[in-house]
Amino acid sequence: MRASLFITCYNDTLFPETGRAVVSLLEKLGVELDFHPKQTCCGQMHANTGFRGEAFSQAKRLVRLYQDAETVVVPSSSCVAMIRDQYPGLMDELGSDALRKDFAALLPRVYELSEFLIDRLGVEDVGAWFPHRVTYHASCHGVRALHLGDRPYRLLAKVRGLELATLPNVDRCCGFGGTFSVKNAEVSSAMLAVKLQDVVSTGAEYCTALDNSCLMHLGGAMHRQYAGMKTIHMAQILASTEASPAEANL
Amino acid sequence: MSHATSTHPVLDPLFAPPFPQAALPMLRNPQLRKNVGHAIDVIQAKRAKLVVEKTDWQQLRSTGSAIRAHALENLGAYLEEFETRCTAAGGTVHWAADAAEARQIILDLLRKENAGEVIKIKTMTSAEIQLNPFLQAAGVNVFETDLAEIILQLGEEEPSHIVVPALHINRSQVREIFARSMGLKDLSDDPHALTAAARTYLRQKFLTIPTAISGANFLIAETGGVAVVESEGNGRMCLTLPRTMITLAGIEKVVPRFQDLEVMLQVLARSATGERMNPYTSLWTGVTPGDGPQRFHVVLLDNGRSSILTRPKQRQTLKCIRCAACMNACPVYRQTGGHAYGSVYPGPIGAILTPQLMQMHHAQSLPFASSLCGACYEVCPVKINIPEVLLELRAQVVNQERSQFARFVDPMYLGLRIANLLFAKAWSFHAAQFMGRIGLRFFTRKDGWIHSLPSIGAKWTQTRDLRGLPSQTFHGWWAARGPKSSKEAK
Repeated sequence: MRASLFITCYNDTLFPETGRAVVSLLEKLGVELDFHPKQTCCGQMHANTGFRGEAFSQAKRLVRLYQDAETVVVPSSSCVAMIRDQYPGLMDELGSDALRKDFAALLPRVYELSEFLIDRLGVEDVGAWFPHRVTYHASCHGVRALHLGDRPYRLLAKVRGLELATLPNVDRCCGFGGTFSVKNAEVSSAMLAVKLQDVVSTGAEYCTALDNSCLMHLGGAMHRQYAGMKTIHMAQILASTEASPAEANL
Repeated sequence: MSHATSTHPVLDPLFAPPFPQAALPMLRNPQLRKNVGHAIDVIQAKRAKLVVEKTDWQQLRSTGSAIRAHALENLGAYLEEFETRCTAAGGTVHWAADAAEARQIILDLLRKENAGEVIKIKTMTSAEIQLNPFLQAAGVNVFETDLAEIILQLGEEEPSHIVVPALHINRSQVREIFARSMGLKDLSDDPHALTAAARTYLRQKFLTIPTAISGANFLIAETGGVAVVESEGNGRMCLTLPRTMITLAGIEKVVPRFQDLEVMLQVLARSATGERMNPYTSLWTGVTPGDGPQRFHVVLLDNGRSSILTRPKQRQTLKCIRCAACMNACPVYRQTGGHAYGSVYPGPIGAILTPQLMQMHHAQSLPFASSLCGACYEVCPVKINIPEVLLELRAQVVNQERSQFARFVDPMYLGLRIANLLFAKAWSFHAAQFMGRIGLRFFTRKDGWIHSLPSIGAKWTQTRDLRGLPSQTFHGWWAARGPKSSKEAK
């Protein structure tokens, strides 16, 4: 199977280890991966901050870049939600007929990582080994936009050595919200404090998620508060083996 | 303005500070945040239990949404039908284009009745038009009869929630307010004692004041009837004892048929208070000789609503049935409480409704008062896609900024405009990554983390660290490595 990796702008810049993990995981599963070197951003930050025209220009760019891809894999639930929930409106409002048609054809071929593994590849056990106590933060976009459901749990359940700790209020927002975290920094921080309490209460060594933006928020607070916990994208857990253990965030 | 005579602050979007500032008092009060969080948890847990037991909940939501959407699509016709039926049944319908007109209509009606005093059933619409301070200034004594509203009125407090407006006030504060205003020095904070005090206070009002004001949960076009749901029986008292009833209702409150209440009342009670059915449901149509008020007026309030109706993407805002499930589910409201929204309509619905009622001339910070987590949409009994409307309103605010001088000094605006240019080409994006890595190196400590940043970056680092940028981007790594299996493929 061939798939094209859309790494997303912030994973490319801030979390390259997540990208490396996706590559090693999917290649191990026999996927022939390619990476379009011209990719930048899906436009989510602009769309969510009210810059519709700008978001559209990035959306258009992305559709053009991937229109010939067999499948697109994205290790970021919020970017997939952007493509699924916001692109249609942007295309309707600002796109040409040709672009709308190409987007409609592309849309069903765009997968979030856990969707790709379970729905497209049909695997739950990816042969991972990660002997740690882990809690899973179900990011808002994963729960309410993509309806990932039990997919992440099914994947984690098959990881050898992994002990899953249940996160209280699992579907509650961590307070990141993109530019919300600086526009409403105080409110965002209050939400984060409550979330971190829940995360720390699990006694887990790692908090994982399918979206590095939530993890950057949680991880930033963990580091500030010496919480004794780390964040790790689920791709890194799934790519972790005894021969080659996970590269965790610092 | 009338409310200028009032001594306490009013939740008025015209004068409210922007949301980030308005949120600070509550954020600085951890005890209050805890109390509010606890109160919300109680309602949410009840709601969750009752929603699960309804196996057709999602269908009910869809039907509720369809009824409300249909009513709005045909609003003019249904309002006229309501007016015809209500008038035929002995009621009088008044149309108010804005808050000032509605206030004046109500005052004129009260003057005609020679009413120096009036009792009220809880109505957020009356708070929207700032009716109480207006009537007080005009010499009419207003007495709220809903327990939470009494607490707010006597304590000179503002509502922080649309279903439980005194959510932010605890039992001992209620005791203090009652003891002070009712002259009950020895009052305990036992809930029974507090309700007994309120009952004594209320009984005298019910029995002596012959004029009442209510809101409406629903107007029924088919019958010309009005529905009010409540939990305490004070509404029932106001609807039976007085001689004259004046009902204030937003024009969006109409439903086509009596039968529609079957769906609306089910989703409303479960969403609002986590009850299968609210304790008191009052339905009345015009005037019935010998039974209840003999003079009945309905004031239909526009106040910005018809302009919302003209905008297809935003119209869904008016489907709202004021259940407050969105604010109970909202992680932002949970931290800030209601006053931060600077309006009688707080929470996610307030964040979309208030700026629209203000024709986007005020309250522009509200559409940004959300992390877009989607919890509001998930619980909304009439499926208002609040995140979608928030985004639409954000775009309108940004479009306002585009023509303002402020855009040249707002780092967020400039940053996003520049970022868009950088994202347009891979080379410029990569150059920005390179420059960012060099620039952030000055702020990165030996542990590899950034603890402090200038400008808007400080908004992040005031509570959070940021990992320093890795020395190699993913695309850099990929370029160095090359695609693994492409050789075999070619």
